[in-house]
Order: sequence, then structure tokens, then C-alpha cells
Amino acid sequence: MAELLQMRDIDKAFAGVSALSGVSLEITPGEVHALIGQNGAGKSTLIKILTGVYRRDGGTVVFNGTESNISSPREAQDAGIATIYQELNLVPLRSVTENVMMGYEPKRLGVFVNWKEAHKRSREILARFGIDIDVRAPLGSYSTAIQQLVAIARAVSLNARLVIMDEPTSSLDASEVEVLFGVVKGLREAGVSVLYVSHFLDELFEICDRVTTMRDGRTVDCRQIAETSKLELIASMLGRDAADIAQAGMTEFGRDEISEAKGEILLQADGVSTGPRLNGFDMTLRRGEIVGLGGLLGAGRTEAARAIFGVDALTEGQITVKGSDTKLKTPAAAIAAGFGFLTEDRKAEGIIPDMSVRENLTLALLPRLRKGGQIDRAKEREIVEHYIKALGIKTANMEQPIRELSGGNQQKVLLARWLAIEPDVLILDEPTRGVDVGAKREIQAIIRDSVANGVGVVLISSEFEEIVEGADRIIVLNEGRIVTELTNPGITEEALVRALAHTEGQAA
Amino acid sequence: MSTQDTEMQPGGTSRTFAWGPFLRANGGLVALAVILLFNILFTPNFLQMQTLFVNISQVATIAIVAMGMTLVIATGGIDLSVGAIMALAGALAPLIFLSEFGQTYPALGVTLAIVLPLFAALACGLFNGILVANLKVQPIIATLILFISGRGIAQVLTNGNLQTFSNPSFSYLGTGKVLGLPFQGWLALAIAGVLYLVVTKTTFGRYVLAIGGNERAAELSGGPVKRVKIGVYMICGALSGLAGLIVVAINSASDAARNGNLMELDAIAAAVVGGALLQGGRAPIFGAILGAVIIQLVKYTLLANGVEDEVALIAKALIILAAVYVQQARKE
Repeated sequence: MAELLQMRDIDKAFAGVSALSGVSLEITPGEVHALIGQNGAGKSTLIKILTGVYRRDGGTVVFNGTESNISSPREAQDAGIATIYQELNLVPLRSVTENVMMGYEPKRLGVFVNWKEAHKRSREILARFGIDIDVRAPLGSYSTAIQQLVAIARAVSLNARLVIMDEPTSSLDASEVEVLFGVVKGLREAGVSVLYVSHFLDELFEICDRVTTMRDGRTVDCRQIAETSKLELIASMLGRDAADIAQAGMTEFGRDEISEAKGEILLQADGVSTGPRLNGFDMTLRRGEIVGLGGLLGAGRTEAARAIFGVDALTEGQITVKGSDTKLKTPAAAIAAGFGFLTEDRKAEGIIPDMSVRENLTLALLPRLRKGGQIDRAKEREIVEHYIKALGIKTANMEQPIRELSGGNQQKVLLARWLAIEPDVLILDEPTRGVDVGAKREIQAIIRDSVANGVGVVLISSEFEEIVEGADRIIVLNEGRIVTELTNPGITEEALVRALAHTEGQAA
Repeated sequence: MSTQDTEMQPGGTSRTFAWGPFLRANGGLVALAVILLFNILFTPNFLQMQTLFVNISQVATIAIVAMGMTLVIATGGIDLSVGAIMALAGALAPLIFLSEFGQTYPALGVTLAIVLPLFAALACGLFNGILVANLKVQPIIATLILFISGRGIAQVLTNGNLQTFSNPSFSYLGTGKVLGLPFQGWLALAIAGVLYLVVTKTTFGRYVLAIGGNERAAELSGGPVKRVKIGVYMICGALSGLAGLIVVAINSASDAARNGNLMELDAIAAAVVGGALLQGGRAPIFGAILGAVIIQLVKYTLLANGVEDEVALIAKALIILAAVYVQQARKE
């Protein structure tokens, strides 16, 4: 079969540093092709070359039978390459229609937008994906999942031959993922190819045909998904031997190493409610313990974390910190009480992009670095140096702006922000999301070490193996309420899935 | 997935000297050099002590307000009320030292005539800050309230009259000399020195930049967001009040209708030309001074070469446009 896309020997360097060298990628029509690799392997760069954001230094791109020299995203779109970015690039305050039709609005007299026609067309486009929503409402009033499907609908409506999806499921819950997969399968049947970039390897086996692995700016192999295994893919991304990994387990938590002896009670929540999305939440956290919060997107896990950390005001219930009934009304008060909260959304709630690694790392520590109104610079540098080394943060130096770091290294800086306050309680909301396999294992090891040092951890993770292997207990939530609690040892992924499925059954 | 592309920005295309990045990084200084060169060549009597003196005494007020504005802008805010606060503080001062009490105790009168208006200006800043930080009013709307009413209050206080006076000790603020140069120039430099230390060395300064860079993250990391925001509006208010006093001192007269008129635009322009980003996260204090100097020199250049005042406004607009353009290019 003739290839839809052939990229051969692509080279790209930034400021003399090679980012891609000799990269090749082939996609056949109607194929769902996975692209995997650690952060920094070159996936984004390759995609940006394909979509005209960057210009390649060398190599050839043949798209749809002709040699192509796409030099802008608009040209890529017109040629039939559509991209769904990880961070949705839509306009939340404008209507769904405006987002779907943006740049391609039907016109009256060549000037005025024909809104009636535009709404009708956008309804039709969305209907093809089984989405039936009010297209006049602002896009931001819908869930992330709907927004994502709107982005895909928009792409496909532009007669795309190739749809590039960058981490499309990272903010979707299980049922929404199913809808998305349905859409992807529909695209395949319609002869549209999909380039699918994801950190969730399990997904690939469900919907992809072939998988290309990148490592250190090169494509290392391309396999039929049916002929490979998850372990092999991880090994190929890491450049390690599959057998080594199987022996070590899938995460770095090393269940049996965690001591069974639990310390004093650090935190106790009784009947905590903050609104419709968290209702009567109870939990106890002891020193040296990891309590997992299980549940699907919107189950109330993040809301529980926010309540504990003093972000959302409690409407009911109380939280006891180390035996005393303390009102943690602000994050500042929670931090002073020894709490740290690694937020889920790294970009919106975590990093301060233009500030340096140093300034980002010590942000929560600032009150303690104050010496006569000034910041104790010497101590600050010492602490930052310590954590850069201890956590293996890859940065040119501590003055490098954090936005220039890879996702995994940004996450490590944020983790260091909280470790630096030497917390008693660490709340970790999706600590390894959007992070490559290597950094993921390093972060898990850091968490394990803190727990060994007596920190109590509240762990929220959508990755089952992480929470199953990591947590001592898992509190399973659904629609803001606790449904059940599982205790390790003995928790299996199947048991957790059953607990979640059970909650689904109850809810229905 | 964020990969190399974030680690390595697509750099300049040429390997020869990169003029683009150089201009972007040092645009202000280059503009200053160009203006100075132009004046030396074409403006009569430019290289004279008198020229320097006039320009410094004029630029000091813009610079002082622009520094306060820079701090506010660094948190992602804006303060439209600076001109009105100038008028208010400027109107209060003569009322105090011309009062019966002020005449009876001249030394105390002058002291109070400086201190009380500054407190009034601080209170204005507090008002702005509370609206923005606690009531979550958009800064441009919150400060519009005093922008409109502040000058009104000043005119009511003075019955709309021009107050003239002769008070050498108060006038020192605007006409005094230290080492042969205007007192207010030195004052502006001293304030710049202090604010620079505040921005770079203190936790307050770090929080200002953090709030402008990502307010949610700053708050979740325990930053005292409300207090810091109120703080910058208070600093900006106090500096505006001081500038208002200086203007009154220069003229030996207080005109509530004209004192600080359009200063908000000059101050914002100076801050932006100096490198402040309107979305926040950057507080170039000395940049604000450079911006103020550029704006003042352009005004002076046009005036000294016989160009009308109205045209000078257009020139100012072009400078702002150029500065914003350079900022956009810098962000990419």
C-alpha cells in the first residue's frame, strides 16, 4: 500500500544542539500509528516539523504522494494534516460554533458571518461524533473531554487526511476515553490516518496498528503493535533490557520495602464537604503511610486534596491536624502546618514559567528563608543545589527559566518545592502525569524515600499500577462520596477496577 | 509531552552578529543613544548644564510614578489613578502649610504638609488594593474610580482655585539642588535604589514577580497574594503622592485641574518602554527610569525643535507602539 506520509532522515538542530537526527516515520492511509518515547526523545519536535511550526534542517517529507514543504500550521491544515494539541488551543469564552468554525466561517456577502449556517454546520459536524450540545454556549462551560472532542471534530471537518493527537486522553475519564476511541476507530474506517502520541501504553494496544519508538532524537524501531508487549515498549523507550524491568516491577515503589509500622496520626478528616463535588469525606493519614485516592475523573479526588490543603472552604465536617482541631483556611496556613500540595495541572497551578529553577523551587519555602526582611541567598542556593543533585534535575544551572525544562524535570522541581519545606503531609495529585517513563520511576523513588523518612502521603493517580503498588490503602471515591476502602497488601489492579466498576453500577 | 523544543528555543537564523536579539535586549538604551545623538547634532544649545537641569527636574516625577506603576504592572495589574492621586496630594499640601496652624508653626507645618498628603496617597493606594485584591475587581476598573473621583475631590478641597504660595522650604522638593543637580532627581535615584533592593532581595519582591508570573501557583505555594497586591498599590499611591508634591513645589502653585494630568499614560508608557510586561512577572525598576528619560527627552526634543505639543503626543504613541512591538518579538 502506498504510504500517506513518509518522513526520511529528518535532521533538526537548535542553536547547534541536535534534537533530531536521521528520524524516519511512515504512516499508511487509515492507520493508527503510535509515537512513543520519553520526554526529550524528540516527539514534539518531529510533530512540529510535520505541522510546519519548525523547519527541518535535512531529510525529506512526502505527504499524499508529493514532496511537501509545509512552512506554517495553516499550510499543514490546508494540506490535510490536523493537530490536536496536548494543551487545547481553543477559545473557552467563545461559543462552540465559533471554535469549530474558526477561520472557516460561512460568510454572507463575503464579510458577515452567517451564524445560522455556522451553528447548523457545527451541529452537524459534532453530531458525527455523537456529541449533542448547545453550540451557542461558550466552549468553556463544557468538560475537558467535550472540549477535546470539539477540537477533534474541528480537525476532521477540515478534511484532514492525517490527525495528530498529542496525549489526547490525559484529561479524560474512562467513559470519555471510550468515546474518543470510538472516534479514532471511526477515523480509521473513513481512511483517515492518526498519529497517536501517548504516555498511556495500555491504550496503544487497544487502538493502534503500529508503534514507532523514539529515543534521544532518533527513531529506534517501528513494530506491529500485535507483535509486541508493554514491557518491550518500555524497554525500547528506555533502551534497557525487557527482562531487567520485569524483575524490578513496573513502578519504583517496591511494595515489600515499605515498613508495616505506622506512626502517629498526622491528619484526620471527618465528614468533610466542600460542595456538591465532595460530600462527607473521611480519612486518616499516619506518618510513613501512603493513602491513595481512587476514582475516575470528577470523582472528588482533587476536591478532597483541595479541602485538606485549605484551598476550598469546608461547608461541613472538620479536619484535625496532629491531634488538634486546626482550621487551615489558606494554603499558606496549610504550608505552615507542614503540608505540601503538588497540583495536578503543572502549567496552570504549578510552575511560574518565566522564573528560574531556583525561584520556583524555593517559592513555598520563602517565609522560612526570610532573614530580616531579606531572602537569605546563600541558604537558598545551598538548598536548591542540594535538591537539583538529590533529585537529578536536569538543568543548565539553577538560573535557567523553568519553562525551558522538559515536563519531567519541571515536575521534579515542583516536587522539590514541597520536599524543601520538609513536610509532614504531602498531597500528590497525579505526580507522574505527562512525565516520561524514566522520570516517572525517579519520582516514584523520591516519594518512596520521603515516606521511609516519615512523611505521610496522599496519592492521587489515574495510573492503576502506580496507586495499586504505591498505596498502603486506597480510598475509592465516586461522585464526591467514599464507596469503599481497599488495603494493601492484596490490592490488585483487578480489585481496584472492580471497586470502580461497582461504584459505576451504584451510580447508574 | 514537552520535549527538546522547550529546552532549546529556535535560535537566530544567522551566525553573524545577531542584531535582532541585541536590539530586543537593549532597545531602550539604543533608543536613548539615538535621541541623544540627534539632539547633539540638531538641537541648539543641547549640551548645556541648563538643558540637563530642566530635563532632570521634569523627568523625576514621571520616573517616580513609573516605578510605582512598574510594581503594579509586575503583579499583572494597572493603576489609572496615579494622576488623580498626584492632584489630591498636591492640593492638600498648600492647604496645610497655608493654614493658621501651619503659619504659626512653620517647621511643623511643612513637615505635616509633606507627611499628611503622603498618608492620603497611601490611603488611596489601600483603597485600590482592597478593590483589586479582596473584592477581585479588575484593576483597570478599580483604579478608574479614583481616576475619576480623586481629581474631583482635589478640586472640591481647593474650590477649584489655583493656590499660589511662597514657601522656600517646601519648594526645596522641586527647586532644591544637590551637587548642582535637582533634588528630585536624586530622590528618584534613591527611590530606585531602594525599590531595586526590594524587588531583588526581599520576599515581598519575589512574591510580586511570582504573582505576576502565575497567580494561582503563587497562592497555592503559600504566597500572601492579597497582602502583596495591596502593598504594590499602596507603594504606587505613595509615590504618586510624592510626585504630586514635587510638581506643586516646582511651580510654587497647586492647580488641581492640571497637576498630574495624563500622568497615568506617561507612567504606563515609561514602564512598558522600560521593559515591564503588561501581563506581569517582570519589574525592571531602572528600566522604568530609562523609559521615563526617553519619554521626557522625546518631548523635549520636539519642543526644542519647534514641533507643537500635539505632535509630541503622537510621537509618544509611536514610542509605546515600538516598545510593545519589541516585547512581542521578545516573547516568541
